[in-house]
Amino acid sequence: MEDLVLQTVSLLASTVRLAVPLILCALAGLFAERSGVVDIGLEGKMLAGAFAAASVAFWLQSAWAGLAAAMLVSIAFALVHGFACITHRGNQVVAGMALNVLAVGLTAVLAFAWFQEGGKTPALADAARFRPLQLPFAAEIGAVPVIGTIYVRLLSGHNALVYLTAALVPVVAFVVFRTRFGLRLRAVGENPHAVDTAGISVARLRYEAMLASGALCGIAGAYLSTAQSAAFLREMTAGKGFLALAALIFGKWMPIPTLFACLIFAFADALQGRLQGVELPGIGEVPVQALQALPYLLTLLLLAGFVGKANAPRASGIPYSKEK
Amino acid sequence: MSAGARLPRWVDLGLLPLLNLAAAFLLSGLVVLAIGEDPIKALRILVNGAVGYPEAIAFTLYYTTNFILTGLAVALAFHAGLFNIGGEGQAYVAGLGVGLACLYLDFLPGFAVVPIAILAAAAFGAAWAAIPGWLEAYRGSHVVITTIMFNFLAAALMTYLITNWLLDPAHGAPETRRFAGHTTLWTMQEMLGWFGIKAPRSPLNAAFFLALAAAVFVWIYVWHSRAGYRLRTVGSSHKAALYAGIDPARTIVVAMAISGALAGLMAVNEIQGAQARLLLSFTGGYGFVGIAVALMGRNHPVGVCLAALLFGALYQGGAELAFEMRNINREMVIVIQGLIILFCGALENMFRPTLARLFASRGAA
Amino acid sequence: MAGAPARELALELVGIDKRFGAVHANRAVDLSVAKGSIHGIVGENGAGKSTLMGIVYGYYAADAGTIRVDGSDVRIASSQDAIAAGIGMVHQHFMLVENFTVLENVLLGAEGGALLKKGEADARASLGKLMADYGLEVDLDAKIEALDVGTQQRVEILKALYRGARILILDEPTAVLTPQEADALFRLLDTWRSQGRTVILITHKLREILAATDRVTVMRQGAVVATRDTSATSQEELAELMVGRRVQLRVAKDAAVAGAEVLRGEGLRYVDARGVERLRGVSLDVRAGEIVGIAGVSGNGQSELLEALAGLLPLNGGEIFYKGEKLAPPGTAAASRAARLHGIAHVPEDRHRMGMVVGYSAAESTILGYHSDDELGFGPLLSNRAATARTTRLMGAYDVRPAAPALRSGNFSGGNQQKIVLGREIDRDPELLLIGQPTRGVDIGAIEFIHRRLVALRDAGKAILLVSCELDEILGLADRILVMFDGRIVGELARAAADERTLGLMMAGIEPAAAAQ
Repeated sequence: MEDLVLQTVSLLASTVRLAVPLILCALAGLFAERSGVVDIGLEGKMLAGAFAAASVAFWLQSAWAGLAAAMLVSIAFALVHGFACITHRGNQVVAGMALNVLAVGLTAVLAFAWFQEGGKTPALADAARFRPLQLPFAAEIGAVPVIGTIYVRLLSGHNALVYLTAALVPVVAFVVFRTRFGLRLRAVGENPHAVDTAGISVARLRYEAMLASGALCGIAGAYLSTAQSAAFLREMTAGKGFLALAALIFGKWMPIPTLFACLIFAFADALQGRLQGVELPGIGEVPVQALQALPYLLTLLLLAGFVGKANAPRASGIPYSKEK
Repeated sequence: MSAGARLPRWVDLGLLPLLNLAAAFLLSGLVVLAIGEDPIKALRILVNGAVGYPEAIAFTLYYTTNFILTGLAVALAFHAGLFNIGGEGQAYVAGLGVGLACLYLDFLPGFAVVPIAILAAAAFGAAWAAIPGWLEAYRGSHVVITTIMFNFLAAALMTYLITNWLLDPAHGAPETRRFAGHTTLWTMQEMLGWFGIKAPRSPLNAAFFLALAAAVFVWIYVWHSRAGYRLRTVGSSHKAALYAGIDPARTIVVAMAISGALAGLMAVNEIQGAQARLLLSFTGGYGFVGIAVALMGRNHPVGVCLAALLFGALYQGGAELAFEMRNINREMVIVIQGLIILFCGALENMFRPTLARLFASRGAA
Repeated sequence: MAGAPARELALELVGIDKRFGAVHANRAVDLSVAKGSIHGIVGENGAGKSTLMGIVYGYYAADAGTIRVDGSDVRIASSQDAIAAGIGMVHQHFMLVENFTVLENVLLGAEGGALLKKGEADARASLGKLMADYGLEVDLDAKIEALDVGTQQRVEILKALYRGARILILDEPTAVLTPQEADALFRLLDTWRSQGRTVILITHKLREILAATDRVTVMRQGAVVATRDTSATSQEELAELMVGRRVQLRVAKDAAVAGAEVLRGEGLRYVDARGVERLRGVSLDVRAGEIVGIAGVSGNGQSELLEALAGLLPLNGGEIFYKGEKLAPPGTAAASRAARLHGIAHVPEDRHRMGMVVGYSAAESTILGYHSDDELGFGPLLSNRAATARTTRLMGAYDVRPAAPALRSGNFSGGNQQKIVLGREIDRDPELLLIGQPTRGVDIGAIEFIHRRLVALRDAGKAILLVSCELDEILGLADRILVMFDGRIVGELARAAADERTLGLMMAGIEPAAAAQ
């Protein structure tokens, strides 16, 4: 019994750990897309953030400095995105793709030039990383069966960014649905003309959304390189930005449903990690590549089983111009 | 249409893309500077490495072949309003088609197995692209996300097949045995030899002409065929297409299939032409380069060929650069590629208002 | 105007000039609007009325000129400045967020704090009062997409009032109203005038100008050509000023000789993607040699009916018979192809997204739907030369200007675009023409031309189904009139039995027997 609980709890705990970058990116995408900017560039912003975090954390031996750098770099990328598709009304998808390619190239070039370790950053010492935190009374509650296991292994023992992410979801929901900024954000993605004639600057609002998107992607990047791993690795985002985008679509651009979609993807990822090399009854050992493909396959199935266009912000993808 | 200010044709098709390109290279130069190398020297090495001697030119054209094909793939899909960023995966799976044909049909004579392998490449690439096309057309799943997912799936599938089933056990590396000589394409060295011209050994092969033929095909298909008219109409407005009796969903699947077939032909150059064996990750990011090539070439076959030539030179010169300069690695080319997508694609209109003003005031004077 | 009594001006525009690229939309426009008056602005499509008011409302920035409100210069760089100056505007295309509630739409831009809660409560209270004062009742918690267009207009008016507008600009407000609703709106404008508010009414309907305004300014090609006291002018004079020459407002035509039935729809039902039932069992027939007009306020199912009959909508019920035979299942490309093959021509309402491809050359737009014609190529290939030849011929026959087949479709004026589409569709000598809003966004010269063509087609024994929101157009062209309301046909009138009042009541959903009382 206790063994089963332990197994389940540890599976869920790794689900949570794997979900964090997805959730952050999906929330980032939520801001961008609710404002009317399709954000294919989540992946690139996250990757750039991951590299910035690992580099600065290494130089300054501080995880928090790394986080700040990640957010700044990622915001800079978001501003370039905004400059292309808000100021110059460029194709949003193309701009996002440009950022993705640019991030892959820049991080590899700079890592190679700065650290001479073949495109990765040096391994970070514990002090320069976000380390697991123990919640209060872990020792006392840990003794209680089941509940103790859940408390110690599922709720406690994560790093600061995990708790930050958990707190951010309700905050984002509140901002989007209960504040002036949220009202305007939701409006500008649906009908920017209405926002413009109400005396609000469409461009400024969209830039603000891109700032939020950049900041969140930066946190996601820092999580990858300074919390989950101890260095930046080439292309370490591995499509997570796109999974997050799919989760956002599946979550109908709403914070809470999107959170659950991210958890589903992360669960698939956690599960595939567990199943590697395991003999399944009746099937035998599943090839490792098939397991690794599981999250991507799941994304496809969810996207295909669910027609997303009906719920998308109506003006997303369309550069704003006063003339119709 | 304030962004669509009208410009003389030579400005629109010549000067504007050149300005965008110049901006991309300027920023690339700054990156080189930032990592402590001399951009001018870097450029000199790059150019010399790309076109400085016969072997370099051959390598440049060999890369160009890949980029023409993946660039055409992106361009054709673009005309149907689709952003196919799955060229990488489509070419990878197409390699399986070539590999299977060359490995298991090599009892056939060359004139049979060579075209079969080429068609297999096109068919496998088409199939791998048609599924995301179907998902977009009938299930509303965004083709950008699905093609990316299919890239990951292609990587997993090919790794599994090559490492578990196709690899040559006598060989250490995860790759198949060499294809029989008669199943592969002529090398440029061979072909020039017929005319008594001595050429250096290089991976450049007959697929180069296949790529040029593909460019002509795309030109005819998109602008001079009824199917191309349907494709462009769907790309402009689904409502107009339906009104005109054109089935948007079907057209999307067909467009993706042709796009995938074009990307798939890249495998012919790599697997059947240059490598003569199927190996892991032979696509090397060329599928993604196709995006930059298409955008820079304004989705027109002539532009795509020119842009592909530029990228071919960049790749070949970039390899030389990484060899010569301590602080620069091959990914420098990816930086340039990203900047070109940014400036020639997303920011294509940045200089337009300025130019329009310039030419308007000149016209008025 | 030395002799005129010195009246206080609410709004004064001096030398407003605006260009959009090559288009000179406003040419040194001067305009004075007296406080507490209703001032009309008339002009053809493209005369620059909406641009001018867009500048006053801060939507566009003028290249030159001065704006004075209540006698002092104001700088209006954004709608925010206009709102602050006490200017409100009800746009022709409503500026509402469809999936927001009425309350959220009113709050947008006037939230009253960073958090919504308090602002919502305050807005509820003051809106309640506004609605009661002016009889503008709306359910504040209803989603916009669930409201009919008349109610949506009320929301727009409430938005302006909530922001304390003293000068209210209404751009073509009656386009979405029945004549009776329009009268109610004009009564509301009267009330405002008596409260000292100022109204600017933009319209192209001359009757409304005469009925509702104190003064009227006529615009043509971006410039003001005249300003008159309404009491001292006439429809004829205004029409002549608008166009710059005498215009024939009515098309001469003989009585119809209706022949055999060409098209019949039975119990057509259609539910759109959002689950709204747009057609609720529509039955109708069209005979050879007659023009059947479908009247109604826009958004009552006419557009869907037209598209359904053209085979473009997947119907949820009912059947369509063409010359007694059923066509392919509607809503597919095959049905659209079959309809064209059988001689059904269709000039759609949405010229820019459906009738042509604005990015195509005129020649490419001219073969839209006919791209499979044998004469346009060989086998799978398409001959651009053949398409250009056909286009050149059509441009001559339909007086398209400029007659340039290579010019981008979007660069033609609305009237010439419509002539291209109409020419393409009736060139093949169809048995039936389905035509929606034939003169929307079309200049008067082209309107005359199009109307004459339609009558000529009818006289040649063809069947025509005409959908129009312009009652004048229906009355001028139709031989038989069907009125639609809320997805149903409310009733049918012979042209002789139809007058504006009866039609207006029917457009509001009142049965013809009751309406005739």
